[in-house]
Amino acid sequence: MVRIIERLGEAVIEAVVALGNFVLFLLSALLYTLAPPYKPRLLIRQLRTIGAESFFLVGLIGLFTGMVLGLQGYNTLRRFGSEGALGTVVALVLVRELGPVLAALMVTARAGSAMAAEIGAMQATEQVDALTVMAINPVQYLVSPRVLAGVLSLPLLTCMFDVIGIWGGYAVGVGLMGAPSGPFFNGIAQNIGSHDIATGFYKALVFGMVVMWVCCYKGYHAARMATGVSRATTDAVVLSSVLILAWDYFMTSILL
Amino acid sequence: MTDNGTRDGPAIVVRDLRRRFGRQQVLDGVDLDCPRRQITTIVGPSGCGKTVLLKHLNLLLRPDFGQIVIDGVDVTRLGSRGIDAVREKFGMLFQAGALFDSMSVFDNVAFPLVEKTNLTRKQIAARVYEILSQVGLEGMEQKFPSELSGGMQKRTALARALIRRPSILMLDEPTTGLDPTRTAAIHELVRSTQQRFGLSAVMVSHDVPQVFEVSDRVAFMHLGKIELTGSVAEVMASANENFKSFLAGRASGEEERVASQVIATVGR
Repeated sequence: MVRIIERLGEAVIEAVVALGNFVLFLLSALLYTLAPPYKPRLLIRQLRTIGAESFFLVGLIGLFTGMVLGLQGYNTLRRFGSEGALGTVVALVLVRELGPVLAALMVTARAGSAMAAEIGAMQATEQVDALTVMAINPVQYLVSPRVLAGVLSLPLLTCMFDVIGIWGGYAVGVGLMGAPSGPFFNGIAQNIGSHDIATGFYKALVFGMVVMWVCCYKGYHAARMATGVSRATTDAVVLSSVLILAWDYFMTSILL
Repeated sequence: MTDNGTRDGPAIVVRDLRRRFGRQQVLDGVDLDCPRRQITTIVGPSGCGKTVLLKHLNLLLRPDFGQIVIDGVDVTRLGSRGIDAVREKFGMLFQAGALFDSMSVFDNVAFPLVEKTNLTRKQIAARVYEILSQVGLEGMEQKFPSELSGGMQKRTALARALIRRPSILMLDEPTTGLDPTRTAAIHELVRSTQQRFGLSAVMVSHDVPQVFEVSDRVAFMHLGKIELTGSVAEVMASANENFKSFLAGRASGEEERVASQVIATVGR
């Protein structure tokens, strides 16, 4: 009986320590973005990998999301005779929710998993130790540029997602299904305000940080073997996705 | 306690170093002196703590107890900035090379200069070409680590370790996994660079007895302690039972049989 309690106690203590390490990892990554030596080259490289190279995927998913919104939106609104509200509905859903969330999930799947695997593999082959012995801080060199690049890229990718999605919704809702064209964009102009766009923007900023933080952490703490790296990659994607969706709820409840 | 004879005293002094991992006492009171401008080789059976000891010397790990004095400075007392200053003196060769696989040989070797110095690109290129020719890798600059053989990877890693002209070179099993010819070539390379640059070198190795040919001092490690030190001749003449079994490759009690130790040297 005592042993069960001991085990439970050990598990709880381990979990709390791990959580603490997790948060400290983010704090040190953020602080190191401000500390010298400054390496803009590293940031630019990560902006390319996380931001520019995700362009096509985010655009593609944005297009399909907008198209399905146009389809579903039209079918539902027609029951109430409110086809003219299609533009508003598509744009609100995208700008407030689906834009930041789906763009973040796509970046997780693509760039986040790659980061976790790359850093995990570097740990397994002692490359991170090599950096340390050369008096280069590995968190500053590997993690800070990625976190910063995530924070900078994701709002921009979200904007792209939103715009392409709205056009997709127009193409299907108006072009294919026959919803009225004028009210589509007029509705958007009248009903979407800076508050809605700001909501999506803040979410994207936070998601960008969360995705890179979680994926880099999992890679950094991967067990130093092949199964360790694959485990870290899986855990990184799963944890990032869960945190994005959970945090989305909390942010929405605060910002709405 | 600082050593006043920093120019003549040993490069590294270890006193009563202890380190535990979970329930296991991996380092159990290690004492070691690594003389300046000589090659000190640490040998011992698998699992005796050699690599953990080396990781304490290159400051990747911190001990639970004990003292490490490098060039007269007690590093166990230092904060992170002080430790970074001491690290500037090191060049480290990791067991598998630890080359950055997304970079070419040139970029790998140039890396310490690019990141830590203000040299121009031309100056860096000149130094990189010079060191690559010294390790016998001319013409390989644009290759990537995955395109190199094990021996070439080690030589690239050695070039990277030497490019900032360190005063202390550390090597973690530099010849493990190489065939005898390559082993001899790497040993020869370590000796020639050590002599050319006047380095103090600490090497952990399994390749007994070949490594004795390039060692000035040998330290035999067993179950977390250094049981035997001395010059190669002194150590080979010693009556230490554990060392003799280690050389003979006999499994005895807590030791593992080391696959490469087939040569019986006890009778010599």
